[in-house]
Amino acid sequence: MTERLVQRNYYGKALAELARTRKDVVVLDADLADSTKTSEFRKVAPERFVEVGIAEQNMIGVASGLAASGKTVFASTFAVFATGRCWEQIRLSVAYPKLNVKIVATHCGISVGEDGASHQALEDISLMRSLPNVAVVSPADAHQAYAATFEIADREGPCYMRMGRSEVPVITGEGDGFEIGKAYVVSDGSDVTLFGTGQMVHGCIEAAKILGSKSISAQVVNVSTIKPMDVGAVLKAAKSTGCAVTAEEHSVIGGLGSAVAECLVEGYPVPMERVGTMDTFGESGTPRQLFEKYGLTPKDIAAAAERAVARKSRD
Amino acid sequence: MRGPSELSRIADCLRLDVINMTSEAGSGHPGGSLSAADLMAALYFRVMKHRPSDPSWDGRDRFVLSKGHVAPVLYAALAEAGYFPRSELPKLRKMGSMLQGHPVRGKVPGVEMSTGSLGQGLSMACGIALAAKMDGKGHRTFCLLGDGELQSGQNWEAAMFAAHYKLSNLVAVVDRNRLQIVGCTEEAMALEPLADKFTAFGWETVRVDGHDMDALVKALEKPLGKERPRCIIMDTVKGKGVSFMENQAGFHGRACNQDERKCAVDELKEAIE
Repeated sequence: MTERLVQRNYYGKALAELARTRKDVVVLDADLADSTKTSEFRKVAPERFVEVGIAEQNMIGVASGLAASGKTVFASTFAVFATGRCWEQIRLSVAYPKLNVKIVATHCGISVGEDGASHQALEDISLMRSLPNVAVVSPADAHQAYAATFEIADREGPCYMRMGRSEVPVITGEGDGFEIGKAYVVSDGSDVTLFGTGQMVHGCIEAAKILGSKSISAQVVNVSTIKPMDVGAVLKAAKSTGCAVTAEEHSVIGGLGSAVAECLVEGYPVPMERVGTMDTFGESGTPRQLFEKYGLTPKDIAAAAERAVARKSRD
Repeated sequence: MRGPSELSRIADCLRLDVINMTSEAGSGHPGGSLSAADLMAALYFRVMKHRPSDPSWDGRDRFVLSKGHVAPVLYAALAEAGYFPRSELPKLRKMGSMLQGHPVRGKVPGVEMSTGSLGQGLSMACGIALAAKMDGKGHRTFCLLGDGELQSGQNWEAAMFAAHYKLSNLVAVVDRNRLQIVGCTEEAMALEPLADKFTAFGWETVRVDGHDMDALVKALEKPLGKERPRCIIMDTVKGKGVSFMENQAGFHGRACNQDERKCAVDELKEAIE
């Protein structure tokens, strides 16, 4: 049984560590500190924790002012609010002047579950990826979330990081580290590449097992940074397997699927299939029920892979 | 220290620059630049501690232009103060110029924040003021707001925030010229009673004639309290200083044509001499 851990708990742990080691770090939250786990930072450095209330637009503006004064700022809330409610504030006050603000969102994707569509961010990657100067990080598990928190703190400039609400399978080692801009090959294969991000990387690993039982050899790549995209790694994978599947807990419009498609179309066109939500909102349900209804299970990824492989001879 | 009459003269020089810059560019926002000229003269030539030769001097007072469309009057003040050569001014809004249509942080010496989309500057100023408080630094943060932009809700999020965190090192100045693109603010979306609103949000509120330099300087130089942020609502005239532009919403976002420019320049030169 794969170990499962909650990413945001590890984000909180990393923030608590940063509270002790980095006096320049200031953390903002909009009434959700106990959920986003920025409360862990507050416990260690309450004087550098700023509650802004339910006011995300102001949160981003305040973050920009703090960053302009030399602070390294983390601003957290749920992904829907962190990217949607204040997109234009991020654009003008953070992205354009390249200020050192890290927008770290939890509760991304459809696995938010019972709260329903209003709270399920399926557009956040798309929204953030379109902004110049903003790095977009999507760790696959809790260890990556932990390591990535330090990396984005060290990297000067705007960054968006997304994590889910629920526990997700652990697929990396505790000391593996995290490099922004690097796509990690999780396992090798020769017939198809499964590009996953976030907890969907685990889905890809499971899909590879299903495919293996059908004698299809699948390579799995963890695209834990969506921007800057590791173009070299994507093209190399496509060249070695000749077809690709993307899997994300996000709309197929504007997210990982789009980012990989852009790379491949320009660099090495191969048959490609996208797994994600198909231009639709979610609804209330358990994460498992929703993954099944919206086609995000390992079985769905494997089916997409079979379609991609079939297209190799046909296309 | 410059007195009110000298500051008023500087304000008219800034107005002259605004007319020339926007006419040269063929576009821009002269109306609100002219209404804010007295404030800019008071801030940059008397009230604020700053070093034009060292724009990133840590002890400087900060200025955030929330109503970013009046960039011309900010640029004119910065150039006049010596942040960059006056020869940059005629390049406003032109390809390759550092003087973009709206202010950009990092591009222009002395510009603290990127603004231009209304309703955001007060939040930024709150962040700067909060950082100063956290670090025990004594500088002040001034933020110029348009009156029309106060229709935007983010300002009131920021107003709540500033009072909650007792940002007594923050001074917001509202350019109350009563006109926005569509016309009178009170017809578009009424703002009054504006002072009461800021007071209710926990601010110390002062109302002043924004073209009475003596009163304006007094309001700006009044020692800061320890608890509350200060809001100075300055009643102004949009297009102030050029007779045919005064109280005309049409000059919000339109530059003078060549004939109008000549008249405006003549009027302002006469005022300066």
